[in-house]
Amino acid sequence: MAGNTTGGGSQPASLATHERRALPAVFTRWWHALRELYARPSSALGTTLVLVFLAMALFGPLIAPYSATEQISGAARQAPSVQHLFGTDHLGRDVFSRVVLGARDILALAGLGTLFAVVIGTLIGLFSAYRGGLTDEVTFRFFDSLLALPALLLALLVLGVVGPSRNSVLVVLVIVYVPIVARVVRSVVLSTKQKGYVEAARLQGESTASIVRRDIFPSVTPALTVEAGLRFSYAIFLVASLGFLGVGVQPPNPDWGLMVSQARPYVSLTPWALYFPAAAIALLVIGVNLAADGLKRVMLPGREV
Amino acid sequence: MSDEPHRALEVEGLTVTYRRGQGSLDAVRNVSLRIAEGQAYGLVGESGSGKSTLALAIMQYLPENGLISGGAIRLAGQELATLPGEQMRQVWREQIKLVPQDPGSSLNPSLRIGDQLDEALSDGGETRGGVRERSLEQLRQVHIADPERVAASYPHQLSGGMQQRVLIAMALAGQPSLLILDEPTTNLDVTTEAAILDLVCELVQSHQTAMLYVSHNLAVVAAVCDRIAVLYAGELVEDLTPEQLRSQPLHPYTVGLLDSLPRVGQRAGVDPLLPIAGNMPRLDEVPAGCVFAPRCPIALQLCHELRPDLEATQQGSLVRCHRWREIQAGAVDLRAARPANVTAPDESLSGKIALETKDLVKHFPVRRSLREALRRTPPRSVHAVDDVSLQVGQRRTLGLVGESGSGKTTTARCIVGLVERTGGEVSLFDIALAPGLDGRDAAVLHRLQMVFQNPEEALNPHRTVGDVLQRSLERMRGLGKTEARQQAGRLLEAVRLPPSYLDHTPGQLSGGEKQRVAIARAFASNPDVLILDESVSALDVSVQASILNLLTDLQSEQGSAYLFISHDLAAVSYLADDIAVMYLGQVVEIGPTEQVLQPPFHPYTEALLSAVPRIDAAAGIERILLSGDLPSAVDPPGGCRFHTRCPRLLGEICRTQAPPWQQAAPGHRYRCHIAPNELAAMQSPAFRDHITTVSP
Repeated sequence: MAGNTTGGGSQPASLATHERRALPAVFTRWWHALRELYARPSSALGTTLVLVFLAMALFGPLIAPYSATEQISGAARQAPSVQHLFGTDHLGRDVFSRVVLGARDILALAGLGTLFAVVIGTLIGLFSAYRGGLTDEVTFRFFDSLLALPALLLALLVLGVVGPSRNSVLVVLVIVYVPIVARVVRSVVLSTKQKGYVEAARLQGESTASIVRRDIFPSVTPALTVEAGLRFSYAIFLVASLGFLGVGVQPPNPDWGLMVSQARPYVSLTPWALYFPAAAIALLVIGVNLAADGLKRVMLPGREV
Repeated sequence: MSDEPHRALEVEGLTVTYRRGQGSLDAVRNVSLRIAEGQAYGLVGESGSGKSTLALAIMQYLPENGLISGGAIRLAGQELATLPGEQMRQVWREQIKLVPQDPGSSLNPSLRIGDQLDEALSDGGETRGGVRERSLEQLRQVHIADPERVAASYPHQLSGGMQQRVLIAMALAGQPSLLILDEPTTNLDVTTEAAILDLVCELVQSHQTAMLYVSHNLAVVAAVCDRIAVLYAGELVEDLTPEQLRSQPLHPYTVGLLDSLPRVGQRAGVDPLLPIAGNMPRLDEVPAGCVFAPRCPIALQLCHELRPDLEATQQGSLVRCHRWREIQAGAVDLRAARPANVTAPDESLSGKIALETKDLVKHFPVRRSLREALRRTPPRSVHAVDDVSLQVGQRRTLGLVGESGSGKTTTARCIVGLVERTGGEVSLFDIALAPGLDGRDAAVLHRLQMVFQNPEEALNPHRTVGDVLQRSLERMRGLGKTEARQQAGRLLEAVRLPPSYLDHTPGQLSGGEKQRVAIARAFASNPDVLILDESVSALDVSVQASILNLLTDLQSEQGSAYLFISHDLAAVSYLADDIAVMYLGQVVEIGPTEQVLQPPFHPYTEALLSAVPRIDAAAGIERILLSGDLPSAVDPPGGCRFHTRCPRLLGEICRTQAPPWQQAAPGHRYRCHIAPNELAAMQSPAFRDHITTVSP
């Protein structure tokens, strides 16, 4: 009805794209999304947190005053001070340096795991749902049965088989998240493949690959971006949990979960060695969550969270 | 004026504004109307005219961002616009009732009909038995034959028409002062619509309620209402009686609407539709002068500069036009100024059969429940299409009509291969076509194209119009990139869109424009046969007319054959050379258009024809109402499938024996036990008057 007519609101947006015509469309889109994320306080906070941790991961060695494993002689169990911002742990390692340097590991692991899971899950979701039939049925029944197990239990099961290491954690993330991503993609594909433009493409003899790429994938991207953000935050949590349980990243790597676990026996002596990595985990998860929430508003307008 | 009838509703100078971001838009501007008790007032307009906004404003039910920024609304003397919330709820409960467009979503799916009615009727002081008695009485009033069964049913167990009757019964409970019907028949089949319209007419007269009937369909409103207001871009442009609408409408927009509406029997080659050029202005681009001036065939400089007032004519109608006196006096010819460049179809090349189906069958298996599987109940299936044989001649148009559930869309999808047929044959110029798309050669695919129903889903929202057309040209004609780009511009030209649209995304186009691009895409390969599945049904009347004319033009330019599928007999008869009528998966009648539209015809065709709402109140055509609902296609009735609803039922023979094909004329056959001469004697000769035949 009348209320739906596109009004003057579209004008500033089209002007903005005109100014930045020189840049590729992808950048303009991301720039636009970033500006929208900063329009709300909560998503602005989340985005800032994520960017800060990202900077830590990229420039960690430049920021950290000590190395992750250096045991400073005679400086064990020191409370936070100007020299050791977050204090030192029971072995005399600088907690601040370990937290900063640990960002790279957790972000890389969670990020790569999410990326692989999203790519594999998307491909399976796209083609399986578009083709339909028995293969689709069997694939998704299997995924459903995987989803019935709690993520941590599944992770412990897999790690029990392949043994703890960085690569194993990556494998775990992929196994745990592929079914979830595939399911999200599938639901969008199922509604899109019945639309007139997809059927018209089929009638013009387009190949499956080309229809999936040109006509179906673009409809999947908004939901996929949101899902990827959500998966990323859970992946951080899972990597930290596995580190804490001792089946993830192995010592002496500065993994936050591992740090919390190692500092636990000494909590009355060096509480800072536990609190700071724990706070880092919490802040990163909160940051990613807030940013993902904001992303949902930008990418899927109208669908209230 | 004390002798005026009692005014139930008075709307004075109403302006409704929607807030949008920083700015605001006036969706309804300065509209006044009065409805007396017992009067039926029709509100007509195309999408974007503001008719729904106006109805919502009267009910005080505008969305969050809408507000009444001027004027007054009085119901039985009481001002509604300033009424506090609690009192407004009282008004909703007792005085204003609404019959909504979608009956399915307006009834609570988890409560029985009787309980919902009881709740609406109960005033708290009655026994349950007493309320139920009144509920049943209310159901009887809307001509529900077995109210006890309906009251015990859940909404999903009733057909759409039955649900709408229940909602009307509910709305009429407690004698409301104002009944608002918002497109109550738009989602219903034509035979059901006819029955509901009859019911509404009868109830308005018997209840002395004021009724506001909102619709996009001029013919429906003219059939039901005492007075009609035509809305355009938020303004009331004409307010007149149905008689004045038929004899002498004065506003160019009203005339344009009437000329855009195909009548049953009107043929493209003989008596073309005269569509209105252009589109309705967006709310943020309302012209400074007359709102209709940019599309008006007789607009003067004055019309673009000065907004006309709503003036009263001697006959009591109101019109908002600078030139209405000249129009009334016949000094300007509205139609001459709007040439319809429809080229008459060239018959010379026809003769060969382009598309043929032989005994096409499609059964969809029904999943058995666990219990059925354990008991080894044989699997059942939906008989969507049964033994359908059609032929479409080269350069000719076959129209396929039928109500929802008749199997016409499944037939189309089987032909193009989107659905794999269960049996029968499909051939294109004697090339046998495989059931599925995978088994068909690309070259064959390109000769058979289809345009779908929903314009909103016709185009990939992520690609520009140019990309879409270019891709089709590259694939189907093997053109290079630059050449395809040029040809894409030419395709746009062929569907009468400017080349600048190549860079537009579908989001920037209106529904009609999207459908034009979809047609252009289908024509990229110069198909031998084009299937149009309800392709104009979702469009506004004036847009629909221009697309129909476009299709006629394209046919004579390109020489494609059409299979035109629609539930709208008038649109089908406008385009089609031949018509096939489908009922419950079978073709019941097939023949040349002029012959199918006049007796003798199949009793189902007769019912369809009599139900079509007509502007020119068809003299002598008696409405034939079909009893009951469409039977389930899982176990279609034995004998003649139409026997459960047939008004001309003979008796036992119809129930047990499948009817034979009867030859009414060369090429005109129907499936019935009654012979042509007997059938012709039963059927009203009045139908003959409505055909404009091709000159002999």
